[in-house]
Amino acid sequence: MSAPAGAVVLRAEGISKAWSTPVLDRVSLDLRGGEVHVLMGSNGAGKSTLAAILGGLVPADAGQMTLGPIPHAPRSRAAAEAAGVVMVLQEMNLFPGMSLAENLFLDRLPSRFGLVDRATLHRRAVVALERVGLGELDPRMPLARLGVGKRQLVEIARALDRRCRVLILDEPTAALSARESDLLFDHIRRLVSEGVSVVYVTHRLDELPRIASRVSVLRDGRFVAEHLGGNVAPGRLIEEMSGRASPQGSAAASAPAGDVVLAVAGLERGARVRKVSLEVRSGEVVGLAGLVGAGRTELLRTIFGADPASAGSVRVGDGRAGLLRSPRQAVAAGIGMLPEDRRHDGLLLGQSMRVNALLLPGQPRARSGWIDRPAERRAAEAIRTGMEVDCTSIEQPVGQLSGGNQQKVVLGRWLAAGCRVLLCDEPTRGVDAAAKGTIHRLLREFVNRGGGVLLASGELAELRAICDRVLVMAGGRIVAEFERGWSDEAVTAAAFESAVPTSVEKAGHSS
Amino acid sequence: MNRTRLGEWGVLVFVWLGLVALFGTLADHFLSATTLTTVASRLPALAVVAAGMTLVIIAGGIDLSVGSVMALSGAVLGVAIVQWGWPLAAAIPVAILTGALAGLGTGLVTVGLGIPSFLVTLGSLEICRGLTYAVCDSRTLFIGAAIRPLAQPMPILGIPPTVPVALAVVVAAQAILSRTVFGRHLVAIGASEPAVRLAGIDTSTPRVAVFVLSGALAGLAAVFASARLGSADPNAGAGLELAAIAAVVIGGTSLSGGSGSVVGSLLGVLVIATLEAGLAQLGASEPLKRIVTGGAIIAAVAADALRRRWEGERG
Repeated sequence: MSAPAGAVVLRAEGISKAWSTPVLDRVSLDLRGGEVHVLMGSNGAGKSTLAAILGGLVPADAGQMTLGPIPHAPRSRAAAEAAGVVMVLQEMNLFPGMSLAENLFLDRLPSRFGLVDRATLHRRAVVALERVGLGELDPRMPLARLGVGKRQLVEIARALDRRCRVLILDEPTAALSARESDLLFDHIRRLVSEGVSVVYVTHRLDELPRIASRVSVLRDGRFVAEHLGGNVAPGRLIEEMSGRASPQGSAAASAPAGDVVLAVAGLERGARVRKVSLEVRSGEVVGLAGLVGAGRTELLRTIFGADPASAGSVRVGDGRAGLLRSPRQAVAAGIGMLPEDRRHDGLLLGQSMRVNALLLPGQPRARSGWIDRPAERRAAEAIRTGMEVDCTSIEQPVGQLSGGNQQKVVLGRWLAAGCRVLLCDEPTRGVDAAAKGTIHRLLREFVNRGGGVLLASGELAELRAICDRVLVMAGGRIVAEFERGWSDEAVTAAAFESAVPTSVEKAGHSS
Repeated sequence: MNRTRLGEWGVLVFVWLGLVALFGTLADHFLSATTLTTVASRLPALAVVAAGMTLVIIAGGIDLSVGSVMALSGAVLGVAIVQWGWPLAAAIPVAILTGALAGLGTGLVTVGLGIPSFLVTLGSLEICRGLTYAVCDSRTLFIGAAIRPLAQPMPILGIPPTVPVALAVVVAAQAILSRTVFGRHLVAIGASEPAVRLAGIDTSTPRVAVFVLSGALAGLAAVFASARLGSADPNAGAGLELAAIAAVVIGGTSLSGGSGSVVGSLLGVLVIATLEAGLAQLGASEPLKRIVTGGAIIAAVAADALRRRWEGERG
């Protein structure tokens, strides 16, 4: 995108914010007309807090903001929206039980004589949904029937429908597939051409060249650097965000694959998982690619016994082939899982790092049933050190940790459990670049010690960085397989293929 | 035990001492052996029921049936002693077992069918009350001298033997909660059941077991209550579930599960009992007593909510 030319629309000067510790320290920001100003930073850098202050969600402790010529000090999200500053939230605040139309227009339902004007509501909702490429959906359907990705689009449609001068997007693509992200970028470009200014919070380096007019980097609540345009060397950004040099080269070449550690045969679960067979060998990270709704999460959950399978078998190592009826059986057989929604399914946010790290069937205990507390503390400290978890102590609640550190806690739990196979569902979603590298390295070390990993990711860059092989899913089936050296185009093409199973494809050479 | 928890207990002890001082100043005979005996005799039943309720609530459930279960256990106790002529030592285990079986039924239905325990225990509350009337033919059973000694003040100490038993139960329940794997799993389940299940931990057994425990403690409470009254009343325990929940909440346990303590609930019981005894001595009318007690519950919950909000802003 071109460099910004417009006048300053929104100016923030010397913004500071502290909860118990300072989150933002005298940060200033200029947003010009018709630009996409990207806020980059690792988790905890303060970028989301800054966005929330602009959007009226939290008040700043110090500093001034001006919107055009007038002071901007919104006391609420609604006040900011009235002034033309609209924020799309990272944590979606929609109502699953209500229809799409009601979700879109909840705070300004068209009414006549106090009754909701359903015809007008329907007409407006169709327009709003078309704007984000969801025109084929019936606005009367309940939101609950949509997946996470489409819900995010509904949330964005809600924002786009407001007359806004400034649109704030906080990691909008975290839950979107590649195609949905493309669609979103198209909309952002169109809005920008209409004169809207966009504040775009992300930590995904690959999005910058596609969307950014300007990039501001934050680290530990302070402004670090500004770049004009989106073509910034990734190494430099990682260095600025982390404050240290980026590790050279991604995951090292793998050890030769060994025996089969996980064999899945003819696994089925309704229409979401259809006759899936695959093998993961020791020393191998196998990737699962596919669009949102292709069945990646469902496949991992079914293998793990979290959802019941209707047919098929799963075998771990030299064990017996059969279906795992519960996660308990899966864990006993030597499988661990990093669930997609780690905050809800993976962790107890209010509990300490110690409790979370040892949340296992066989946690350290002395006499039957009684927890051996010194042994437990030692085990938790070992995980903290081994996983490089950044926490004040093992007693800190995991809800206070950054996404990357939370994921390290879950990972550490499974490694401590001594499992042979790890099922990872979007293991680095919402994780900053530095922690992402650490998690990939830890997974690589795990397979080099004889483990096997099956990893689902919507991010091709992640699959490329860590996977030895990639399986592509569509419509609940595995439709293609690629060895190292695959191209984005080939995988994307395979993912878009219909549910018709195709012959297994091999991309020849290795990197 | 971490520092936050000790701080919470400290606040409750402070509040309780404040109440004692307040009533001691206002009422002439509040600080007397009679008051101690009165409070001490009523306390044990509520304390053990609140202990069971604490564990249930921490695990993310609720048990509305404790009052009826207590009445049912009391009826079985009365029938065993009066009609079958069983000795007390044999009748007490049967009463506790009755409560445990009622809890087992509740737990199995809740976990097996995946129904919220609020609804299941709303049903078992009625079922157990009905069973109680059936067992004792809708009449109060006079047990008399066979059981009274349990509730008589012991020499020197001035408190009945039920008090140390109840305290032992509270200490044991707190130890289970904070020192055992079972207790750890209860807290974890209350915090996020899916996360615990996906960690490969069996969640069904602890979820059923906690209702069995709550039922058994309601059975023990029936023994205490029957000893105090010398009879088994089919209408006993009406509203007991609300008093227990109030004590648990005042004691700092989160109604949404995942955190709390049994010792806190005991302090909650003390606060409620002291408030009631003190108001009675001041000659407060029944309506006023209930209004003040209700206000105290809301004040406790409001203080807790404000504290959380404050901590949330810090974190």
